[in-house]
Amino acid sequence: MSIALEHISYIYSPGTAYEKHALKDVSFEIPQGQFLGIIGHTGSGKSTLIQHLNGLVRATSGKVVYEGDNIYDGGYDMRALRSQVGLVFQYPEYQLFEVDVISDVCFGPKNQGLSPEECERNAREALELVGFPEKYYKQSPFELSGGQKRRVAIAGVLAMKPKVLILDEPTAGLDPKGRDEILDQVEKLHTETGMTVILVSHSMEDIARYVERIIVMNRGEKMLDGTPAEVFRHYRELEEVGLAAPQVTYVMHDLRARGFDVSPDATTIEEAAEEILRSMSRSGKAAPG
Amino acid sequence: MIRDITIGQYYPAESRIHRLDPRVKIVCTLLFLVSLFIQNSLLGYVIATVYLGTVIRLSKVPLKYIVKGLKPIVILLLFTVAMNLFLTRSGEILVHFWIFTITEGGLRTSVFMAIRLMYLVAGSSIMTFTTSPNGLTDGMEKLLHPLNRLNVPVHEVAMMMSIALRFIPILLEETDKIMKAQQARGADFESGNIIQRAKAMVPILVPLFVSAFRRANDLAMAMESRCYHGGEGRTKMKPLRYKGRDRIAYIVTWLYIVVIFVAGRFVPFKLWIF
Repeated sequence: MSIALEHISYIYSPGTAYEKHALKDVSFEIPQGQFLGIIGHTGSGKSTLIQHLNGLVRATSGKVVYEGDNIYDGGYDMRALRSQVGLVFQYPEYQLFEVDVISDVCFGPKNQGLSPEECERNAREALELVGFPEKYYKQSPFELSGGQKRRVAIAGVLAMKPKVLILDEPTAGLDPKGRDEILDQVEKLHTETGMTVILVSHSMEDIARYVERIIVMNRGEKMLDGTPAEVFRHYRELEEVGLAAPQVTYVMHDLRARGFDVSPDATTIEEAAEEILRSMSRSGKAAPG
Repeated sequence: MIRDITIGQYYPAESRIHRLDPRVKIVCTLLFLVSLFIQNSLLGYVIATVYLGTVIRLSKVPLKYIVKGLKPIVILLLFTVAMNLFLTRSGEILVHFWIFTITEGGLRTSVFMAIRLMYLVAGSSIMTFTTSPNGLTDGMEKLLHPLNRLNVPVHEVAMMMSIALRFIPILLEETDKIMKAQQARGADFESGNIIQRAKAMVPILVPLFVSAFRRANDLAMAMESRCYHGGEGRTKMKPLRYKGRDRIAYIVTWLYIVVIFVAGRFVPFKLWIF
């Protein structure tokens, strides 16, 4: 019950002026149920990488193994794979096309060959999961706000009941409130359904709060792979490739440099606050400095 | 997939041809196209091949690209060849079977016609490969400038053209993205009969149109907020000016025209029936 990439390399337009090595020998495994963050600078290959996971892009070399089967084997059912590994693209609202919200969400289940009743049931469940208000089910998706459109588009993938959900920059172009809402909803989805969630982003702050594991991509290569705390320990290297650790990491490192007895591994503001309080109570009221 | 369409696309490279003034390339391309029609002899086509070959070589565009650009006209090409081959009746009969007759004249015309068609497309695609869409419309605008006096809105037409050209790669990319997104939702574009396939296009076309309108709207807004008001009094950041190499290109091309005209018509050079 996992997806594994084995030595994946991908070259765009080989043999032309546009030739580009998008991925270089990337390998990792994602166990079922993990909440994974993939992070990287623009052009680091993260979007290309996730399109390998459901077979939309075929690797130039290497293989993708889903639940023990190599998806490049002849006769492998790609459409079945795509309904198990749901991929929500960046700006997914641009893929909406139906006359009303509910029929758009039904598009996926309909392609899976479900009966109209089942389609509708799955669609309603999915819309509920993303917290989309029922009174708008019959509205045209083009009349909704940006955040709501995005919910509908995410529901469109969830309605296929995938075991793995991949979200490519789900918060791009949303205001802070919309961003938090979407991410909270995604986290809730993960805890409630136990599905594997892969969150792609270039914002460390977004990712650090939610995921259990982070993979850092740089120029088509896997640069770091570990828990948020492990990854953020390399914050100097992250800076070199144009990324940054969350603000609190810097605060904690600075505090430590000035003699406070704090662990620099806190990745969220809440953790940091706790850690600072703990350190202060440990050392009594008199903090050094 | 969709990105493989090469006709009318710019191929970025550093070459002598790329550096030429777009006006030179437009005029020389037109002259080349005309040159294909002012003669019809083996020697003429040899000279045209040398000219085209040299230009392609100088442009550093891989021949593969140009051949790929010929793909869309394959059917037209086959049709023309077949028509000319079987319907032209002149000279000795070479082959005759059932209702088909191939004559010397037919073979000659069809071969020359095929070369002519291929060179037409190759010649014009070398222009688009080596000139950026913006350069092309700039050149066009400058060349057609005199028409302004006849109340032809040259600048506006050129602007529309450059916008249309600019949007081709964007919309192609968009189509690719939408197709992938719908495929991720289990859409199937490959199987089924014609009607099912046409229906399967709806989930691509609707978002594509929506996004085209959205982009058009954004662009119009952006232009307006920068006070765009058409061509009158508008200056250019990089005005087109002829340089030495442009003069050389003109001279070479005119020489080519003279040579092909004279040689193609008056020099007797025959191989078998050609």
